[in-house]
Amino acid sequence: MDTFETQIDGFVGREYKEGFVTDIDSETLPPGLNADVIAILSKKKNEPGFMLDWRMDAYERWMKMETPRWAHVNYPPINYQAISYYSAPRSQADGPKSLDEVDPKLLETYDKLGIPLEEQKMLSGVAVDAVFDSVSVATTFKKELAEAGVIFCSFSEALQKYPELVRTYLGTVVPLGDNFYAALNSAVFSDGSFVYVPKGVRCPMELSTYFRINATNTGQFERTLIVADEDSYVSYLEGCTAPMRDENQLHAAVVELVALKNSEIKYSTVQNWYPGDSEGRGGIYNFVTKRGACRGDNAKISWTQVETGSAITWKYPSVLLEGNKTVGEFYSVALTNHHQQADTGTKMVHIGKDTSSTIISKGISAGQGQNAYRGLVKVLKGADNARNYSQCDSLLMSDRCGAHTFPYLEVKNQTATIEHEATTSKIGEDQLFYCRQRGLSEEDAVSLIVNGFCKAVFKELPMEFAVEAQKLLSISLEGSVG
Amino acid sequence: MLAISDLRVEVDGKQILNGLDLEVCPGEIHAIMGPNGSGKSTLANVIAGRDGYDVKGGSIFYMGNNLLDLLPEERARQGIFLAFQYPVEIPGVANIYLLKEAINAIRSSKEEKELDAIDFLSLVRDKLKLLDMKEEFLYRSVNQGFSGGEKKRNEIFQMAMLEPTLAILDETDSGLDIDALKVVSDGVNALRAADRSIILVTHYQRLLNYIVPDYVHVLANGQVIRSGDHSLAAELEESGYSWIGGGGEGKSLGASVG
Repeated sequence: MDTFETQIDGFVGREYKEGFVTDIDSETLPPGLNADVIAILSKKKNEPGFMLDWRMDAYERWMKMETPRWAHVNYPPINYQAISYYSAPRSQADGPKSLDEVDPKLLETYDKLGIPLEEQKMLSGVAVDAVFDSVSVATTFKKELAEAGVIFCSFSEALQKYPELVRTYLGTVVPLGDNFYAALNSAVFSDGSFVYVPKGVRCPMELSTYFRINATNTGQFERTLIVADEDSYVSYLEGCTAPMRDENQLHAAVVELVALKNSEIKYSTVQNWYPGDSEGRGGIYNFVTKRGACRGDNAKISWTQVETGSAITWKYPSVLLEGNKTVGEFYSVALTNHHQQADTGTKMVHIGKDTSSTIISKGISAGQGQNAYRGLVKVLKGADNARNYSQCDSLLMSDRCGAHTFPYLEVKNQTATIEHEATTSKIGEDQLFYCRQRGLSEEDAVSLIVNGFCKAVFKELPMEFAVEAQKLLSISLEGSVG
Repeated sequence: MLAISDLRVEVDGKQILNGLDLEVCPGEIHAIMGPNGSGKSTLANVIAGRDGYDVKGGSIFYMGNNLLDLLPEERARQGIFLAFQYPVEIPGVANIYLLKEAINAIRSSKEEKELDAIDFLSLVRDKLKLLDMKEEFLYRSVNQGFSGGEKKRNEIFQMAMLEPTLAILDETDSGLDIDALKVVSDGVNALRAADRSIILVTHYQRLLNYIVPDYVHVLANGQVIRSGDHSLAAELEESGYSWIGGGGEGKSLGASVG
């Protein structure tokens, strides 16, 4: 058994190839959080007055809140006064420009990350909003999208151009005082993406945001708001990376989705924030609030996430099934390696009649990683004929890692049908030997077995991203089995 | 092709093979028989390179190379195939996908081009016929939810696809009813070739009525205690293993299993 363990350890030793730093002149606010900082932030962005009031309200509430302690994760207290709440490349001070005007150093950064922003080089059919530290530096395919009537821009730009749209929906799914990190985000968020798909429009391409933390000692607080009007469809993807640093950096985002009658939003995440080194030094604290509301009848929201990065992941993409016959889905692969910790899952809140939800969660723990699934299925009194199917599987790759499942059920309506299945298994020496006897290398065998384990989730990702996700998983597990 | 000499192997500190000798030439079929605990499966696993088998002495040469220096996948790529006694389930991985990965791993180790989808599929269809298997079988997860017979058939199907130089069939007959045994045996017989050797590991003589070996070896207490031609198997059927003494359990050999 000893050799098996050692082999797993060897395999887990991975390199984080996105760990480089871009040397760019940035304007960074000094560390610290107070009302002045928020006012400066709002002024820098030339925000409408309602926005500053909203931020201040959130800040007041946040001051009275306590850090949540219920998650199955451990970390020292965060000093919120030691973090800088705004950092932007100086060359981008005036917000997103056309690609010709974007600082070449930034273009180079995204090239290196495999996201070339020059449109001609891009995968056709994917529009990208690139967020660098606190600001959006470029959004591609804007013209093509505008022709379809789709608004896809940075949050800052949306506040300038479509303040009423933002005002109508902002905070309607995740209220500003929702939880500690959401309140903090509401007070200090600096940028993010905004999407509006008008009535009857099927968004002609995949939309995607790529988040990059570069500056040291800063937090990233972005806000994403996606509104799908009646009878519309949109598929949105996000990716994230950060340099390797010995300190922990905070990423506290809020994502709100609003799906109106007969619309569908598909939201996919491939999260690869720096996970820290093999000793558990450094890495991103990924404390994120993601929630969608199926606000009209027949609306559907589907979350798919592949979480391989971050020192700590704390995130529960949820769906409020408000309309009748609405559908919520959550497909998740979470991998924890070395000293990574993840406490992730979902909340499905059945409010309308004939609503249904599906939860498929695959947790993979290697090294000394700790992986917890935490999910709530709540059926309210009026939610006749609600259906939920949950499946939570855990795969253990070492004897020192942990997998934990915390399913919560609150059912107030007798007509509900709820199914829950859970399994925990250890990656088998016999499976590995079987594959190797057929000629596969150890790495390929692990990758094959793990990908098989995650298949039900990967098939929900858009094709190119499914391939990316498989690769990412193989890299994250490199050297991890024997 | 395969030369094993004075092989000594321990498992968990217990000596299982105790100076075993065996020589297999190209095109030959050798049956290894013996009571439970005699070391038959250990021999199969040691040749394939499974972890947990401590080789304490002796040697295994395969095509002139020291096999014990090679990783399991290297042995596989050089043409050694083990049909497992207990084929392993791999949820979420389609049968056809494992096969494609396996074939391409073997081909790329020989610096051959990967098979394109069309050639691969036509090869697959040919071999399916050989084992009388339906195409839907390809898209099911590896061995998951397979009956005992389907699992064994799948092993021989993989063997047909991978075209090994040396195939070791570890108790392939166990768990098969008579019809399945016949299909599997026909498949194996169709794979007999002048440059392909086969080692049949079996407890029962029954299989050898369908796949006729060139040589039969009787294993007891980790050694080959008798070798002969096909007639030795018939003799064993008469007398059972009780004459061996020690490790044997004296079960009648004619009985059918599971």
